[in-house]
Amino acid sequence: MTAPTTAAAEQQPPPAAGSARGLLDRVLRMRELAILVVLAVMLVATQIDNTSFLSEQGIKDLLLNATILVLVAVGEAVVVITGNVDLSVGSVLGVTAFAAGDLLKHGGNPVLSVALAVVLGAALGAFNGVLVGIGQVPSLVVTLGTLYIIRALDSIWVGSREITAGLLPGGYKTFGHDGVSAVPYLALLAAVVLIAVGYFLRNYRSGRECYALGSHAQAAALAGVPVRRRVLAAFVLCGALAGLAGALYLARFSYADAGTGSGYELTVVSAVVVGGVGFTGGSGSVHGAALGALLLTSINSVLPAIGVSSVWVEAIDGILLLLAISVDRVMALRIAGLLRSRARPARTGTND
Amino acid sequence: MTDIAGTAEQSRGLRRPPLNGALRWDTVVGALLIVLLLISFSTVGGFGNALNISFLIGNTLPVAAIALPMTMLVAAGEIDLSVGSTVGLSGAVMGALWNHGMNINEIIVICAVLGVACGLVNALLVTKLGLPSLAVTIGTMALYRGLAQVVLGSNSVTDFPQNYLNFGSGRLGGTFLPTAALPWLVLAAAAVVVLHATGFGRSVFAAGASAEAAWFAGVRVKRVKLSLFVATGLVSSLTGVFWVLHYASATYNNATGLELSVVAAVLLGGVDFDGGRGTLGGAIAGVFLLGTLQNVMSLADVSAQSQTVVTGVLLTVSVLGPRVARQVFAASIHQRTRGKL
Amino acid sequence: MSRTSGTLAVLAAGGLLTLGLSACGGATKSSTDKAASSAPAAVQSGSADPNAATKKGLTVAFLPKQVNNPYFNISDAGGNTALSALGESYKEVGTTSATDTAGQVSYVNTLTQQHVSAIAVSAQDPGALCTALKQAMSAGIKVVTYDSDTDPGCRQAFVSQASAEDLGRSQVDLLGKELNYTGQIAVLSAAQTATNQNSWIGYMQDELKKPQFANMKLVKIAYGNDDPQMSFQQTQGLLQQYPDLKGIISPTTVGIKAAAQYLDGSQYKGKVLLTGLGTPNDMRSYVQDGTVKAFELWDPGKLGQLAAYTAVALASGQITGAQGQTFTAGSMGSFTIGAQGVVTLGAPTVFDSSNIGQYNF
Repeated sequence: MTAPTTAAAEQQPPPAAGSARGLLDRVLRMRELAILVVLAVMLVATQIDNTSFLSEQGIKDLLLNATILVLVAVGEAVVVITGNVDLSVGSVLGVTAFAAGDLLKHGGNPVLSVALAVVLGAALGAFNGVLVGIGQVPSLVVTLGTLYIIRALDSIWVGSREITAGLLPGGYKTFGHDGVSAVPYLALLAAVVLIAVGYFLRNYRSGRECYALGSHAQAAALAGVPVRRRVLAAFVLCGALAGLAGALYLARFSYADAGTGSGYELTVVSAVVVGGVGFTGGSGSVHGAALGALLLTSINSVLPAIGVSSVWVEAIDGILLLLAISVDRVMALRIAGLLRSRARPARTGTND
Repeated sequence: MTDIAGTAEQSRGLRRPPLNGALRWDTVVGALLIVLLLISFSTVGGFGNALNISFLIGNTLPVAAIALPMTMLVAAGEIDLSVGSTVGLSGAVMGALWNHGMNINEIIVICAVLGVACGLVNALLVTKLGLPSLAVTIGTMALYRGLAQVVLGSNSVTDFPQNYLNFGSGRLGGTFLPTAALPWLVLAAAAVVVLHATGFGRSVFAAGASAEAAWFAGVRVKRVKLSLFVATGLVSSLTGVFWVLHYASATYNNATGLELSVVAAVLLGGVDFDGGRGTLGGAIAGVFLLGTLQNVMSLADVSAQSQTVVTGVLLTVSVLGPRVARQVFAASIHQRTRGKL
Repeated sequence: MSRTSGTLAVLAAGGLLTLGLSACGGATKSSTDKAASSAPAAVQSGSADPNAATKKGLTVAFLPKQVNNPYFNISDAGGNTALSALGESYKEVGTTSATDTAGQVSYVNTLTQQHVSAIAVSAQDPGALCTALKQAMSAGIKVVTYDSDTDPGCRQAFVSQASAEDLGRSQVDLLGKELNYTGQIAVLSAAQTATNQNSWIGYMQDELKKPQFANMKLVKIAYGNDDPQMSFQQTQGLLQQYPDLKGIISPTTVGIKAAAQYLDGSQYKGKVLLTGLGTPNDMRSYVQDGTVKAFELWDPGKLGQLAAYTAVALASGQITGAQGQTFTAGSMGSFTIGAQGVVTLGAPTVFDSSNIGQYNF
């Protein structure tokens, strides 16, 4: 329902619509700010409790832990913004990590092996996208199916083989944990991807069309958005980023086997939702998703650092997720009310 | 648009368009199950005896039990992914209280109440706050599993009374029917009557087809959904009790991943993920089709990975199949009517 | 409408509850404990004939915790080697996840249906397999557990990789020597529920009570759930929470690998010592670059072989699993069954830079 108005607004922005968008923007930014504040409070409190938490090594660890999740969450966020979901990311990450490792093991070029992982991931994403587009089938179901299929084909191919540290070139492993002082290379790479995807979604027509079709696919189609092509592109991007994450997972952990990435999809979806990307599509940003990922991985680091038993981790993750979606919902209702009360005087004023 | 047509059909006494009569997916799945059973009985060694059938049914019961309320929930346009964790939490609480020295009958009642509470939390978040059930139940999935971990921690409780364990794993005399299949049969019969022969059942489909239209037609959509979530929680927690007795083991990670098996079976049975369409017969056929396939493939020494491929392909085909068939049929009807004109 | 939904809920509760409850009167843990203690222990039917000929044409099925797991791949391959040397048949089935207990139970059921001669199983859970394994035994199938045991009443013999006591104590000794018997140490375990891990850790704590360890203190036991990422973060947490930490023992192959990989890429490399249980192939590069000085493990291939020989001896009637019986395990020599049907492989091997090149598993 918001899609046609935004599309119209782009051609000739009337003052009322402009201010409404400004308000929405501000609220969205507030949402990200809120996560940032929670994150900062949590980290500072931990630092006070345990002074070695935010040492150079500590900061590096936090960033490294988040990197892989951030990359996958950015891709997932784009898919969720279009009103879909990709549950196969864990399986894609697993198979691409092993593929990259297999190439490296046989003396392949590191750059080439990362490229292989990205291309393989993109191909699997395209497969998902085509199935979703052709059958007009809910993406949850399709990607649940491909989650099984890709994982099973992966384990048939991999068998009991494993990629261990000894099989990887030293430079590749160093790349996995070194960096510029406290900022690891992997985090820099993730930041570049994040900024690029964020810029694209915001400043390109095709990027904004993702939001349009996420908020109302039918309306977007009527407004001339090539729905299937955009959805396909979102799945390809998501697959490619999962593939990149697979290659980086290998660099970071120097390990891959048939089970790599199992169950990762739920962490990714949690990060995206905690980051304020609405499950109904059309709202949120990749920056929010990245912050959500950083928050989730930081909690997993904070708990052991302050000596809380790891049995609490899962329960806390769940509560956080529920809290995030509830707060979002309540805020969305408030904003809808605010927009309506603002639009009413504006409409009577311009008399249209 | 199809949604509205669907509601109208449902309210006119469950008549279905001719297309669905010929191509109804739940009939197809039922037929597939019968064919598979016939083939297995005649060709697969070790399949046809009473003991194996009792294994098959016993191991399929958890999915079969939760599939009943899940079918209604999906038909009403919602989903519950926290069922596996509810099973785990119920089992963990059972183990912890048993270690604490409580009477087992009281424990089972507490587990049932716990299941109602779990369902209620899901229900309130979905109906009161208007949150998507998918996101809510992913959250409670983590929460309930996390609580199970907090409650039972590292323990694995196995020393439940033997007569209760016998209920969980025994069979009726020397027959193929596990003892625990009896309450399931009662429950399944009740569920079929409720969904397919009462006003409540029709309102479930109406709510799933179009919540708005149903509301205007006088269906109290939120209350329908609330009761379905509660029923799902209750059945899941009782399944948790059964799980503990069947496998004689209460650990916090009981039934991890069960939700995916349930959802896969329900969707395979032709229950439409968008809500408003589906039958319990189809869902039950889907459950036992997957269970039998698994049993037969194991007996035939098919590896676990290949079994997973089969499950994944079946799931995808079952969802794509009916839709593509419907599209093709719609196109052909379109052509025929144009010819007449 | 609400009445119908109420009926639904009542039916659901009533149907399952009444059948469950009416079947038997209430019981509590203490009342069944008494009942259990008066019940006879595991039935060891028939008598052993140590001189019985080894039967031919037997089929021994290996059911590891997880297929596609490198460790079990080696041990089961060892089982295959032993069985083909004896002229028996081997098969391996199992689940792709190490926490799919229900899946493991249904595999035991399947093997019972297939009437294999013996099952060698590594249990995912000590209790969950019991009913199914008892059904298998009553169908005449011999049951051997290896690597991870079930309750003793649910199998005829358990082939243990090394005594829990040896493993627990030797890891502490190894780290003690490296640390000159001073400093804070921590343990990075797998899941909190892992029976193996917990019994080893128990012996570690006991060993630390000895006078030479007076200056060594176990400050924390962390659980990485045998997940690389989780183990990684738990290691980070240990190092942050205890800045003076000098050593880590990780008695799990997944944990030690993750901890080594983290130490290797961090400022703690060479400053915090790591030991535990690992495979030479996983650990080779960390030993070579100095992150890890020494670690230990039994030979998983030999473990699988011994499990196979035990299964064949049981199926041939040479042993029944009672304490004191002896049997021959091919070139590995003769083994004696200990208390509660436990057969122990032997002391673990210590790997360091001097000998790691000789091993490939």
